[in-house]
Amino acid sequence: MAAITLTLNGKSVTIEADPKMPLLWAIRELAGLTGTKYGCGIAQCGACTVHLNGAPVRSCSLPLAAVGNKPITTIEGLSANNSHPVQQAWIAEQVPQCGYCQSGQIMAAAALIARKPNPTDQDIDSAMSGHICRCGTYPRIRKAIKKAAALATANVNR
Amino acid sequence: MKTVYSRRDFIKASGLSGAALFLGISSASAKDVTVITAAQADSLGIELNNWISIDTTGLVTLINHRSEMGQGSFQSVPQIIAEELEVDITQVKVVFAQGSQAKYGSQITGGSSTIRGSYKQLLRLSATARELLVQAAANQWRVEKETCYAEKGMVIHRPSGKKLGYGALVSDASKLTPPTSVRLKDPSTYKILRQPLPRIDTPLKTNGQAIFGLDKKLPGMLYAMVERNPRFSGKVKSFNETEVKALPGVRHVLKVEMAVFATMRHGVAVVADSLWAAMQARKALKVEWDDTGFPHHSTEQLYTRMREDLKTKPLWFKAKGEVEKAWAKSSNVLEAVYETPYEAHACMEPLNCIADFRNGKLEIWGPIQGPDWVQKDVGEMMGLKPEDVTVNMTFLGGGFGRKAFLDYPHEAAVISKAIGAPVQVVWSREDDMTQGPFRPGMVYQCKGGLTEGGTIAGFEAIMAGQNMGHQNPGADKIAYNDSVTEGFPETYLDSIPHYRFGDVPLESPVPVMWWRSVYSSTNAFAYESFMDELAIAAGKDPLEFRKQHFWNGRFHALANRLAEVSGWHKRKPSEGYGIAITECFGSIVGEIAKVSRKPGGGIKIDKVWAVMDCGWYVNPDIIRAQVEGSIIMALGAAVKHATLFADGKAVQKNFDTYKMPRISETPDIEVHVMDNEEKAGGVGEPGLPPCTPALTNAIFDLTGKRIRVLPFSLDEIG
Repeated sequence: MAAITLTLNGKSVTIEADPKMPLLWAIRELAGLTGTKYGCGIAQCGACTVHLNGAPVRSCSLPLAAVGNKPITTIEGLSANNSHPVQQAWIAEQVPQCGYCQSGQIMAAAALIARKPNPTDQDIDSAMSGHICRCGTYPRIRKAIKKAAALATANVNR
Repeated sequence: MKTVYSRRDFIKASGLSGAALFLGISSASAKDVTVITAAQADSLGIELNNWISIDTTGLVTLINHRSEMGQGSFQSVPQIIAEELEVDITQVKVVFAQGSQAKYGSQITGGSSTIRGSYKQLLRLSATARELLVQAAANQWRVEKETCYAEKGMVIHRPSGKKLGYGALVSDASKLTPPTSVRLKDPSTYKILRQPLPRIDTPLKTNGQAIFGLDKKLPGMLYAMVERNPRFSGKVKSFNETEVKALPGVRHVLKVEMAVFATMRHGVAVVADSLWAAMQARKALKVEWDDTGFPHHSTEQLYTRMREDLKTKPLWFKAKGEVEKAWAKSSNVLEAVYETPYEAHACMEPLNCIADFRNGKLEIWGPIQGPDWVQKDVGEMMGLKPEDVTVNMTFLGGGFGRKAFLDYPHEAAVISKAIGAPVQVVWSREDDMTQGPFRPGMVYQCKGGLTEGGTIAGFEAIMAGQNMGHQNPGADKIAYNDSVTEGFPETYLDSIPHYRFGDVPLESPVPVMWWRSVYSSTNAFAYESFMDELAIAAGKDPLEFRKQHFWNGRFHALANRLAEVSGWHKRKPSEGYGIAITECFGSIVGEIAKVSRKPGGGIKIDKVWAVMDCGWYVNPDIIRAQVEGSIIMALGAAVKHATLFADGKAVQKNFDTYKMPRISETPDIEVHVMDNEEKAGGVGEPGLPPCTPALTNAIFDLTGKRIRVLPFSLDEIG
């Protein structure tokens, strides 16, 4: 056990944890933010995706020791009021069904449009193929990413 | 999300005053329902099934008696209420009901029954509330009720234009006697129903605020992980209790048993202060099992046995005429065998459940499809009366049939009782995927004869595989499986002069259970593939061949719509098109798949068109979403994943080997909804069965290769 300070959604959070503990469990169990989900524990489903330094990472397989003081953003930090263009597009396209995988999907999509403001279908395939949705919301995810990209561009140009 | 039990709780939970209008159903029977007010219920001394209330601000609160696992009951039920009650949908608030069979009737979210099981009651209930409010306003104004109407949460006096909001009328309305009959709206005048309104729960699911079972925490709650017997039936011989108990945070290490149908699943639970501690300690847990006295089946053994069984005498379920005569008279007799795999549900949220068993009372929190079953059956297993069991529902991260099963709440209750504290039992992905119950693997033998004119003279189908019902305690194991015809359009039966359906049940320790669309999910592959084989043998167009055997206008209308939207009759010889039409849980769905060859070899699914006829419906966008999802789930079981068994254990443990469909493999999907006022059918499941046969029929159309065994690889088809 060690005192570890994380930069979580812009705030400094100090926790007592085993440095081998994956970031996911620190976020959920110690920081109490439950929007990030456990799906597989082996980086195969994407439900646990958060941003580390703006890049999407699988928090279930990332030990705290590897996180350091790099800024972490979870779904709660993307925006609590659903104002992020990806969240707005997700609502407009009515993407979620059960909703369990959607935090991870949204975080991956947000990282994608930050990197590629006009993603192609191939860009979407490669950024999103690590994310499983058992409800089968994929067609809507694709539409929503395109809508989010358009919304984000419109916001920049405003 | 708050959950409620009694009207008193409800008043507390919703902050309502006694002045509110409460309306409920006085009988749980769907046929004999009376809408009554709270005042009537009190004077009759009966508990009101308080489904809706309207408070003095005009806010409508609805007790949602079904689970929300993605299928949209959170949206569909308020849409029904808002329409007949003449309020804006934003004025309707949803509260989860707690499990109570007596109050709500069946609460099981299964068989795609949420809407089709309750819409008539909901329409009547809401229309009755509206009529009471209109009457209250008319009384206050001393005018004829007929001169008043309701709109947007207000009653309006047409001649004078006077208006009163519902909030101001609830007190008076609650003292009136509800009319025994009310006129429901003509669907052509619907303003809220049939609209693709956005779901109320969506914003909670885009900002991480929706609370699923795994997100729920109680004060003083401990965490448990359980090592369960991997061969399902074995018993614990020994385990390293002392060693594990000494690990950090570990409070208890104990043997547990949970009921799985008529058997007990044995395991060892590690209970700790935190989930992390429980997970770590479980890694150190070593259990030695006694796995003697029952078979350790492999996939090969199971399927060899099923193929052998097809040669024995089946249990006949349904028959007409004499198939032997049909074979003798037929110009062409075809036979084919189809095989479908065992499948895991693989809900994205692994199983979990919180139980608090103290002082002779049990309270449960979790992602649960059948809260009333948990209340009654888990209560009974724990020696409790239903009134001593409270079941609270959270959001479900997927269900698909798995979360209607009672093993995981039972196990949580057993552990909580043993340790005397609230506990959350968390299943790892590996636990979730290897412990079942699974969709049963099936082998089907189909035989059909054609007349000179190219119609079906006789049809025979025999199914070999595990019968879900045979697992129940005291089950009659020589009973036929009456689900053998599920998925097969009933209308076909009228047109076929000779037919029979039978099954040969298989016994195995592998537990099996409903998987989205249940038997239809596998039956349809066999029957609609065989229908295609018959059409080809008859030299007919597969869509027209099916229409020849439909004696019902709804099916013709659906087939025509499907042909029209997909361009079926204009397809080019270089394009592979396949069709399948099935009937499941009261809805008819037809799907057409279009496939092409990939430049480097293999097959690409270009598009799937679906036409859903679910009769009377609520929200076309939710229907489209459910059909899209059903198609993708079907494709997973057709071309991606299967659960295999070796030495009595499930082989696929996680998504690295149980390969799920990904966004990059998802075809374009186009869903159409038929407009009619037939009885409401299911929406969440019926889109699944026709997808796989439509795909394999399309592959045959393109390549001449008939696929009869699932799953198969699209890349391996030349």
